[in-house]
Amino acid sequence: MSKIKNAFKNGKAFIAFLTAGDPSIEKTEEFILEMVKAGADLIEIGIPFSDPIAEGAVIQSANVRALNAGTTTDKVFELVKSVRTKTDVPIVFLTYLNPVFKYGFDRFFKTCSETGVDGIIIPDMPYNEKSECFAVAEKYGVDIISMIAPTSDQRIKEIASQAKGFVYVVSSMGVTGVRSEITTDLNTILKSIKSATSTPTAIGFGISTPEQAKEMAKIADGVIVGSAIVKIIEKYGDEAGTYLYEYVKSMKSSIS
Amino acid sequence: MSKTRYGIYGGQYIPETLMNEIINLEKNYEFYKKDPAFIKELNDLLKNYAGRPSLLYYAEKMTKDLGGAKIYLKREDLNHTGSHKINNVLGQVLLAKKMGKTRVIAETGAGQHGVATATAAALLGLECEIFMGKEDVKRQALNVYRMELLGAKVHSVTSGTMTLKDAVNETFREWTTRVFDTHYVLGSVMGPHPFPMIVRDFQSVISKEAREQILEIEGKLPDLVTACVGGGSNAMGMFYNFINDKSVKLVGCEAAGHGIETDKHAASIAKGSLGIFHGMKSLFCQDEYGQIAPVYSISAGLDYPGIGPEHAHLYETKRAQYVPITDEEAVQAFEYLARTEGIICAIESAHAVSYVQKQAPKMKKDEIIIICLSGRGDKDVASIANYRGRNINE
Repeated sequence: MSKIKNAFKNGKAFIAFLTAGDPSIEKTEEFILEMVKAGADLIEIGIPFSDPIAEGAVIQSANVRALNAGTTTDKVFELVKSVRTKTDVPIVFLTYLNPVFKYGFDRFFKTCSETGVDGIIIPDMPYNEKSECFAVAEKYGVDIISMIAPTSDQRIKEIASQAKGFVYVVSSMGVTGVRSEITTDLNTILKSIKSATSTPTAIGFGISTPEQAKEMAKIADGVIVGSAIVKIIEKYGDEAGTYLYEYVKSMKSSIS
Repeated sequence: MSKTRYGIYGGQYIPETLMNEIINLEKNYEFYKKDPAFIKELNDLLKNYAGRPSLLYYAEKMTKDLGGAKIYLKREDLNHTGSHKINNVLGQVLLAKKMGKTRVIAETGAGQHGVATATAAALLGLECEIFMGKEDVKRQALNVYRMELLGAKVHSVTSGTMTLKDAVNETFREWTTRVFDTHYVLGSVMGPHPFPMIVRDFQSVISKEAREQILEIEGKLPDLVTACVGGGSNAMGMFYNFINDKSVKLVGCEAAGHGIETDKHAASIAKGSLGIFHGMKSLFCQDEYGQIAPVYSISAGLDYPGIGPEHAHLYETKRAQYVPITDEEAVQAFEYLARTEGIICAIESAHAVSYVQKQAPKMKKDEIIIICLSGRGDKDVASIANYRGRNINE
């Protein structure tokens, strides 16, 4: 059992995403700790990838900044190791399949387990291709978090029934990014998921304001915010820490 | 599950948002490929619109000049829109229309696939948007204007290396935003299943015709069949109906750019390694951390860091060989074919011509080579002039 369930113990979970190495590995550590202090229940760390096909412009740019700053998978593991000496907040990675594959599945998940990574989200590995690495991840106790999209329909029950960690519910069509409104019929999707599993659910893609978070928290167990956080980092760079603290605090209180 | 793969290669590595759509695509394709009305309509388009069958031309002067094997050119450059791309596009756009889609999107490198898609969309009455790397928009300005004339909207992609791979990324992103009314007309034998199969099937008309033509002309099979390889659609089409003819040697020519010993190439077989990207497990140019490498070729159509999964499988099982051809060799072949046969071919196709320049003299006079001349070279004239130090305005 991973630590991920702890994130859902303290009321509705606020899940914060940021890209490792944007603007630097040292700053990423500081930002993570600020967000945990502000009440983030789970931290999602992006391992930058050259071609993030599920990301919108904001997170694409963060990937470019992080790679240009020399961020590598090994450095991200070092970051987690260091963060782990300061907090036991649940941590999951978000990255694409190729960096994990190239690192070697066994070596990757073993290192996750050793450094204290509790789960991973891989947007380009749908449920159908889970045989690629589910067994290895399980061996090392790392949860592979499945995504459910507005188009998943008849796939929802099968995906949900096998879900580990939490179910990542994609709020909208398209890629990540701030949206002014979310029009998907999430109620129906959430109902379908909950009939198939007791694994907690969290909604991501497009959420940026406390009002949106509050709405989403009515139907799910948590909300995931990425682009809005990355935008703050993009705007304030090294000085983003205090702004992130304020932002996460307001988001967490809106769903509490 | 294994039917999504060629050996270990292939698969469906895409966001969940697209999963039901590609399942739906496969279902529809399996239905329509056996539907007599669909087949009739497509064959009619291929014959009366695209101009098929394409000629199998005996390059007599080139044969005599090189002094070895007899050389035939499969003239895909003579198709409507000027390349083999139309074969796949007519099939996919017709399929999209049958599926009730009202809009098609596509990536393009050299612009040939974009032009072909825009053409088919204009003909069949679908809305069309093309994604093209900013670098390629610059290199292939003529094709950009051509697509616009055909009623397509061209998006200049400014992410990443601003070339073909980034255009593919952006087209996938766009598709996840609008799957309900939109079909992604993937241009090569790549991406998630069923695309490598669909594109190969639609392109296999090349080798179906070539095999019949050579048997009729020469009464025997060729000894060597060769084509250029980026993602690999013309090569897959050219190889497919010869795969079971074990005596026929199949050779794909990949872009070696400034040379495979430099970091400026796009040779995913010679220099790539196993990876998972753009929906498929295959061979990719990448670094030790799995970051996709910025690749390079003078040819925008071959400037892609991966290769289709069926090619990776043909390579692994040694059924086909893949050789790197540099920019300089390709440009020399481009000029050679123009002077010798009066044919200005695409710089992509010139990679295969270059291989034959080297290979034909080593072969016997009663042996036969077929080169897939995948496209015409009008689009490349300005950039080749530039390569040779002449600045001409298009």
